[in-house]
Amino acid sequence: MNKLVVSLSPHVHSGDSVQKNMYWVCIALVPALICSFISFGVGAIITTAISVASCVFFEWAINKFMLKNPKCTICDGSAILTGILLAFNMPSNIQPWIIIVGALFAIGVVKMTFGGLGCNLFNPALAGRAFLLISFPVQMTTWPTPGQGFGTYLDATTGATPLSVMKAAFKSGNPEMLNELPPFQDMLLGNTGGCLGEVCAAALILGFIILLVKKVVTWHIPVSILVTVAVFSGLLNLANPVYANPLAELMSGGLLLGAIFMATDYVTSPMSKNGQLIYGVAIGFLTVVIRAYGAYPEGMSFAILIMNAFVPLINNKFKPKRFGEVPAKK
Amino acid sequence: MDFQVILIAVIALAVLGFVLALLLFVVSKRFAVKEDPRIGQVLEVLPGANCGGCGFPGCGGMAAACVKAADAGSLEGLNCPVGGAECMEQIAGILGMEVAAAAPKLAIVRCNGTCEKRPHVLSYDGVMSCRVANSTCMGETLCSYGCLGCGDCVAACQFDALHMNAKTGLPEVDAEKCTACGACQKACPRGIMEVRTVSGANKDAFVVTCMNMDKGAEAMKICASSCIACKKCQNACGSDAVHVGNNVAYINPEACVLCGACFEACPRGAIASVSIKGVERKDTHNAIPGAAKPAAKAAPAAGAAASAASAAPAKPAKEWKPIEVKYDAPLMPSQQILLAGPKDISNPVPATKEVQFEAKRTDAPLPPSQLILLGLK
Amino acid sequence: MKTFRIGGVHPAENKLSAAEPIKVAELPKVAVFPMGQHIGAPALPCVQKGDKVKVGTQIGTPMEKALSTSIFSSVSGTVLKVDTVVDASGYKKPAVYISVEGDEWEESIDRSDTLVTLKEKPELTPEAIIEKVKNAGIVGMGGACFPTHVKLMPPPQFKPEWVIINAVECEPYLTADHRLMLEKADQVLVGVELLMKAAKVNKGFIGIEENKPDAIKLMTEKCAAQHPNIEVVTLKTKYPQGGEKQLIDAVVRRQVPAPPALPVSVGAIIQNVGTAYAVYEAVMKNKPLFERIVTVTGKELKQPSNFLTRMGTPMSQLIEACGGLPDGDVKVIGGGPMMGKALVNIEVPICKGSSGVLIMSGDDVRRGEEQPCIRCAKCVSACPMGLEPYLLATCSGKKMWDKVEAEDITSCIECGSCQFTCPSNRPLLDLIRLGKTTVMTNIRARQMAAKK
Repeated sequence: MNKLVVSLSPHVHSGDSVQKNMYWVCIALVPALICSFISFGVGAIITTAISVASCVFFEWAINKFMLKNPKCTICDGSAILTGILLAFNMPSNIQPWIIIVGALFAIGVVKMTFGGLGCNLFNPALAGRAFLLISFPVQMTTWPTPGQGFGTYLDATTGATPLSVMKAAFKSGNPEMLNELPPFQDMLLGNTGGCLGEVCAAALILGFIILLVKKVVTWHIPVSILVTVAVFSGLLNLANPVYANPLAELMSGGLLLGAIFMATDYVTSPMSKNGQLIYGVAIGFLTVVIRAYGAYPEGMSFAILIMNAFVPLINNKFKPKRFGEVPAKK
Repeated sequence: MDFQVILIAVIALAVLGFVLALLLFVVSKRFAVKEDPRIGQVLEVLPGANCGGCGFPGCGGMAAACVKAADAGSLEGLNCPVGGAECMEQIAGILGMEVAAAAPKLAIVRCNGTCEKRPHVLSYDGVMSCRVANSTCMGETLCSYGCLGCGDCVAACQFDALHMNAKTGLPEVDAEKCTACGACQKACPRGIMEVRTVSGANKDAFVVTCMNMDKGAEAMKICASSCIACKKCQNACGSDAVHVGNNVAYINPEACVLCGACFEACPRGAIASVSIKGVERKDTHNAIPGAAKPAAKAAPAAGAAASAASAAPAKPAKEWKPIEVKYDAPLMPSQQILLAGPKDISNPVPATKEVQFEAKRTDAPLPPSQLILLGLK
Repeated sequence: MKTFRIGGVHPAENKLSAAEPIKVAELPKVAVFPMGQHIGAPALPCVQKGDKVKVGTQIGTPMEKALSTSIFSSVSGTVLKVDTVVDASGYKKPAVYISVEGDEWEESIDRSDTLVTLKEKPELTPEAIIEKVKNAGIVGMGGACFPTHVKLMPPPQFKPEWVIINAVECEPYLTADHRLMLEKADQVLVGVELLMKAAKVNKGFIGIEENKPDAIKLMTEKCAAQHPNIEVVTLKTKYPQGGEKQLIDAVVRRQVPAPPALPVSVGAIIQNVGTAYAVYEAVMKNKPLFERIVTVTGKELKQPSNFLTRMGTPMSQLIEACGGLPDGDVKVIGGGPMMGKALVNIEVPICKGSSGVLIMSGDDVRRGEEQPCIRCAKCVSACPMGLEPYLLATCSGKKMWDKVEAEDITSCIECGSCQFTCPSNRPLLDLIRLGKTTVMTNIRARQMAAKK
C-alpha cells in the first residue's frame, strides 16, 4: 500500500510560478520588440538576440563554474527577461562586444554577486545600462533615426531624439526649439530615434494592459510615476514654456518603458501598496528633475536606480494597513 | 607640475590629520568607559566562540560574570564547556581563585530508530525542520517520541560535531568535537538530544537510546529497537542507577559505575555504550515491525542473561561527586520556556559557519543583500 | 456585493458534491470518541470498560474550572475500553471505545420531525437556552470547535448587537453547510432565533457566498415570510470570507482589532450554520451533539457525497462508502484544502469539528519545488489581515522572535492565502505557524512571570 502523504495546510496551490510571471512579461514585451524591428531593422533583432544569449550564458556559467550550484537557474526566465530589457535600453547600432560587456555586468555583478534571483538590490538591466552609459558614452548616446529599412545595422545614420531636442531647448533657453519635437503620432507609433524599446508608446501601453490582465503587476507603480511626471512637468511647462509639455515628456525617452517594465521589477520594488505609491512619486519627481536640470538628457534610469537604494527604507516605514488598525493609537 | 600646489595640499592634509587625531585622543580620554581590566584579561583567555554554552550572552558576558563571582568569593557553578578545564584554570589563575574540575559532558542522541528498524509509514512533504514536522504529526513513523530526522540539531551545532547519517536517518555525535554547549538540546523539539555527564578522557557512558513512553506491546510494534520497559536493566543494575518510569528506562549518569550489566541485559539493544570512539550497540536481532518474518533472536537473549549474572570487569572508579538521584528525563524545550521564561530560548545561536545540510533548509544564512532588503541590517 | 476589504484569494471551488442530498451513514462496528474534540481542556471520561450506553448518553464530563465541554455517545452498546487513539493532530489522544449494539436512543430525546418554533416555547429564557446548549456539549461546528455556551456569555463590558451566522463555506470542496441549508432551512432558522434570544440581540444576519444561489433564494424567502429580524446577506465568493473577522467586516463593516480583542468587542457574535442547527436540536428536541453532516469528496473519488454521520465513525467507513481510496500517492485531509489537517491514517474518527474528508490524489498531492523569494509581494496582497507573510516567514525561520512579534504575527489567522499565491512555492505558513506558536508561548511565559 502506498504511504499517505502528510504536510501542514494549505494543501492546494494557485498554480502560479516564477516562470509564468517571467514569461508573461517577456510576452508583454513582444509588441515593443516587433515595433523596434519595424523602426530600426535587423539591428534590433541582432542586438536583442546577443543580449539574451549573453545574459543566459553568463548566468549558466557563473552558476556552474563559480557557485557550483547543482540546480540550473536559467530556466526560470529571469535571465531571458534581463537580456530583453537590457537590449531595449541600447541603440540598435551598438557593437556586439559592448552588449556582452553590459550583460556580464548586469548578470555577473548586479545579480549573481548579490545572491542570484531575488537578492539583487538594483535592477540588473538598468544598472547595466548605467554602467554602459558611463563607460561608453559615445556609443550609447548616438541613436539611429527610424525607418531606414530592414537591413540597417551598424551603418545606420544617427540623428536627434525627442529628449535631446528638449535638452537643447532648455540649455539655449529658446522655447521655439521645442517645435522640432516629432508629432505625437510618431512618438506613439515608434517613428522617432531612441533606444530599441523606448520608442513605440502604443506597444508599451499594450504590454502594460497584458500585464494588468494577467495580474503580473498592479497599477500602483506605473500610474503613480506617470501621474507625477505629468503633473510636475505640467507645472514646469506652465511656469516657463522652455520646458516641454507633459504629453511630450510622457511619451519621450525611456519613461514608459521604465515605468511599466523596470520600476515594477519584483525584486527591487517596495512590498506594500503605500510604499509603491511613494516609490512611484519619487521616481517621477527625480526623472523630471534630472531631465530638466541634469547633465544627461535621460533621467529615468538614474531615478529608478536611486530609488532602488531607498526601497529597504520604504519597506520599513510603509507597512501595509493592518486589519482592525486603530489609526489614532499606533 | 606646480610643486607649490602639491606642497600646499600635503601640508593642509597633514594639519587636518593632526588636528583630528588630537581631537580623537582628547575625546577618548574624556569619555573613556571605566571597565575592570580583569574582564579584558579573562576575555583574552576565553575561546571567543560566543556560543552561550556557559549560560551567559557571549564570552563578554561570561568574563563579566567570572569577575563578579571572584569578587563574591567563589567561581562555583561557572564553566566554559568549550574551553574546558584548562581554560577555567587559567581564569582562576588570573583572578587568584581555585576552581574545581567540572565533569566532562557529551551530547547523546537518545534514539536508535534507524530507517531499517523503525519502518516509515507516512511521507512527510513539508519544511525540513524538526520543529515544523513535530507540530504536523508524529513523523514518518508510528513513534511520537522518536527522532524526526530533519536535522535541526545538526544546523544548531557550531562545532561541526553533529552529522546526519543518510543510511540510518539519525544524527551522529562526533565525541571529539562536541563541546557540550547544549545548542542541540535546545533545538530538538522532542528532547532526544541530551547533554549528559560522561566519564573520563574517554567520555564513557551507558545511555538508554529510546524515549518511547508507549506501553511495551505498543512499542514493539513501532520499532525493533524500542525500550519495552521490561525492567531487565533495572534488575541487572547493582548501583541503583537505572530506573524505569513512564514505560521507558533512564540511566542516571551520577550513579552509574559503567559496569555494563544493563547493556548486556537489554533484550532490545536499546542501551548503547558511548565513548570517544563512537556508539556501540548490541545487535539483538529483534523482529522489525511489519516485516515478513521475525529474525532469529534465541542466541543473544541467552547470552545476555548469562553475562548479566557474572559482572563484567569493573571500569575505573567514578571521578565526580555524587549528587541527588534524579531519574526524570530533562524537560523538553517547550516545557522549559513555560517554566523559565522566554529568555532561555530566544537567544539565537549565531551561525558562524555555512550550513552544509540539504539545500531545502530555510535557516541557511541569507546573503547580506537579502538582509538589507528585509531591513534586518 | 459585500466583501471584506483587505486581501483574499480565489481558489478553484470544486464543489463536487453540491447537488448530492444528505445520506445517512451506516453505523460503525466500533465507535471511538476522543476526549479532546474542542478548544480548551479535554473532557474526562465518565464511563469505564463494560458500561452499557445508549445514543445520547454522556461519556465525557467537562473538566472543572477550565474551558471544556461534554462528550456524548452517538451509538448504543458496551464500552470496550478507555484508551488512546490517533486523532487529527497526528498524535495519540485519550478516547473511549464503544462496541456498537443496535440503535437504542435515550428516552429524553424527541425523535419526531415536527418543527418546534419559539412561539410554542415561550418559557425559554436566554439563561435556559444557554444552559441547554451547555449541557448538550455544543461547540462551533465550522471546525474551530469553541464551546458555544461560552461564546454566548461574553464578558459583561461587551454588549452584542447582532448574531451573524456563518453559512459562507468558503473552503473549496466542502458542501455540508450548503446541503444543510437546502434540506433543513426551517430548523436552522429557529436555531438562529434561539441564538439571538440567548445572546439578547434583536437582529441576525446569515452570510452566504454567491456560489450557492439556491440556498440564498430559499433562505431569503423563508426569512421574509417567517423571520423578519433575520437578514440574508449575499457575499462575494472570496477566500477567507468564512473567517470570523472577515465576515464581520463584510456584513457590518467593522474590523475587529488585533488579539486579544474578541469579535464581540465590535458587537458581533458569529456562529456556524451547523451550530445553529445543533442548537435547535438541543433546545427543542433535547438532542445532545453526537452527529453531524460530513462531506466526503475528492477528484478521483467515485462518488463524492454528504453524509449525516454519527460521531465516532472511522473515516475509512465513509471513504469506502464513496468508492474507496484511489491508487497512487494519496493525501487524506480532515476539513478543507486550505486549513484542513493531513491525517496520518484513515481510521481517525469523525469528531465534532470534522466538516469534511477530502481525498487528494495525483499531482495535487505533493508541493511544488521551492524557489527563492522573488519579492513579488503577492503574499502581501493576499493576506486578509494586512500582514507581510514573506517577512514573518523568513524571520521565523531565522528564529527572530522579537522581530516577528513586533510585526504582529499574533494577528495571523493561518488561512493559508499567502502560501497559496506564492509563485516560488515557499512554505510560508509552516514557518509563520512556528513563529506564531513560539511568540504566543513567550507572551504567556512573560505574563506568568509578571504575575509572580
